[in-house]
Amino acid sequence: MPLPDSALILRKNCFLSERMGKTMKGFVRKNTGLLFALPWLLGFVLFKAYPFLTSFYYSFTDYNLMRGITETGIMNYTEIFGDRDMMKAFGVTFKYAFMTVPLKLVFALFIAYILNYNLRGIRWFRTAYYIPSILGGSVAVSVLWKAIFQRNGILNNFLLVFGIEGPSWLGSENWALFVICLLRVWQFGSAMVIFLAALKGVPTDLYEAASIDGASKRTMFFRITVPLITPVIFYNLVTQLCTAFQEFNGPFVITQGGPNGATTLISLLVYNQAFKKFNMGMASAQAWLLFLVVGILSGIAFVSQKKWVYYSDEEGR
Amino acid sequence: MARETKKRLNQIVRYFILLAVGFVMVYPLLWMVFATFKANSEIFSTISLLPEKWDFSAYAQLGETIAGQISLGKAMVNTYTIVLPKVVFTVVSSTITAYAFGRFEFAGKKAMFAVMMSTLFLPQVVLNAPQYVMFNQWGWMDSYLPLIVPSLFAVDTYFVFMLIQFLRGIPKELDEAAEIDGCNAVLRLWHVIVPMLKPAIVSCALFQFMWSSNDFMGPLIYVNKVSRYPASIFVKMSMDADAGVAWNKILAVSLVVILPSLIVFFLSQDTFVEGISAGGVKG
Repeated sequence: MPLPDSALILRKNCFLSERMGKTMKGFVRKNTGLLFALPWLLGFVLFKAYPFLTSFYYSFTDYNLMRGITETGIMNYTEIFGDRDMMKAFGVTFKYAFMTVPLKLVFALFIAYILNYNLRGIRWFRTAYYIPSILGGSVAVSVLWKAIFQRNGILNNFLLVFGIEGPSWLGSENWALFVICLLRVWQFGSAMVIFLAALKGVPTDLYEAASIDGASKRTMFFRITVPLITPVIFYNLVTQLCTAFQEFNGPFVITQGGPNGATTLISLLVYNQAFKKFNMGMASAQAWLLFLVVGILSGIAFVSQKKWVYYSDEEGR
Repeated sequence: MARETKKRLNQIVRYFILLAVGFVMVYPLLWMVFATFKANSEIFSTISLLPEKWDFSAYAQLGETIAGQISLGKAMVNTYTIVLPKVVFTVVSSTITAYAFGRFEFAGKKAMFAVMMSTLFLPQVVLNAPQYVMFNQWGWMDSYLPLIVPSLFAVDTYFVFMLIQFLRGIPKELDEAAEIDGCNAVLRLWHVIVPMLKPAIVSCALFQFMWSSNDFMGPLIYVNKVSRYPASIFVKMSMDADAGVAWNKILAVSLVVILPSLIVFFLSQDTFVEGISAGGVKG
């Protein structure tokens, strides 16, 4: 809806003179913005900042909802570091995140790369790939996963056709975590859609120039495509990392953390401590350790982005 | 000629990969749909997708209650009692917040914006315990208030972020013109920003609809009365109640629960894809 130039300039001029005339107006202007930000600010303080700081405080107490606080100190943290099950949960969470995130991102990028060729029926493929992401964290999908991977589930029935006797996927310590991981990799659609949009933004003349110089597809992918979409790789990496470290529904519904703690992620521990035993102190300590891990990893990503993330000048960010 | 064949071959390989992956992506869901029409004895005994004999007993049992306290229908009603207000509140509060940060200068804006963005990476798990204590003190346990009320305050930063990204693309001249014409800040929001922002607002609403219909942990923590459980917990309950016995029924329940989300997705998939790309790429 472009306005005619002269009208625009006239209006702008009026606007400027009016603004210069009344500093009051500038003052009101300042407050208007704040006024609109007020609901968010209130919510931020009440539902984010306050709980955030409180949980830090709780983590140094033995706060139990029924008992209250009887002791303060670093005992929660020493207990966590001395407890084999809890340390195992941290190990499992790491393993889960470092399996899921790279697999998901590499896969998403690979498929987005193929989809970026102008093939027929792209829309259909895109839809098919995206549906699992939509159903994402729903319990219904976890139920389906259980039906697929249980002992006599469809996967093992399928393998049996080839004469292979499949393992008990959910009952084996080696496989159970991988099954949960696959559930998330299966939902690579949203990362893929983001990659696809980024790939579409890579100027085609770069490829043309490179192919005149005799570069292979592979070289072009690693030397042109990947560097140009690093901002999006970075975005996907950080968001996926944050979600992976907080995974809850999958292990809670499919394996209940078993077998033998093989799929007990930190979020499950926190849930049990906080809402089964009402040990808010211990739950907060566990949550804070998790937060530190995520914070340090995101911090590394943010600091290192200067080295590997390419921001073109025109984006100006 | 050789070049041409190579190109052809590449094309074929690409289609093959896409189809193979597509098969893996969609097969579980298709299997689920058809499994609900199989007799229980058939579900895990054959690998064929289509039922040998169409059996509708799973659907006939959908009206049954669990523990005599909750039926699927009731659980679905509960879900949307939470979801619908949440969607409306999220959209309204996020739009107002995006407007504040996208269009105004005010003291401390930069710092506030930085803080807001950092909450994108703040794990909910850190906040859960104190929030629970707080809502407990307010007497909000066993109501939907802890799930709904925060959305009045734009707590889902992701949506605010998405809307700000869109807002940046709307020419400021439009606001300024409206201002000269005598529109105050509220009127400008309503008559200029909201109409231009509509696609983004719709995609926020859709995402929130999906996400909060799927929400499991929230109700698990805050809703204790069985009759007030939403569908996500109902699915888990029916799995625990019937596992190993009536898989066709469990899967039918699951399917019915995700059906609204699927329908909404198919009606609006382009909006989804645009929304998600905009949030990611421009960031």
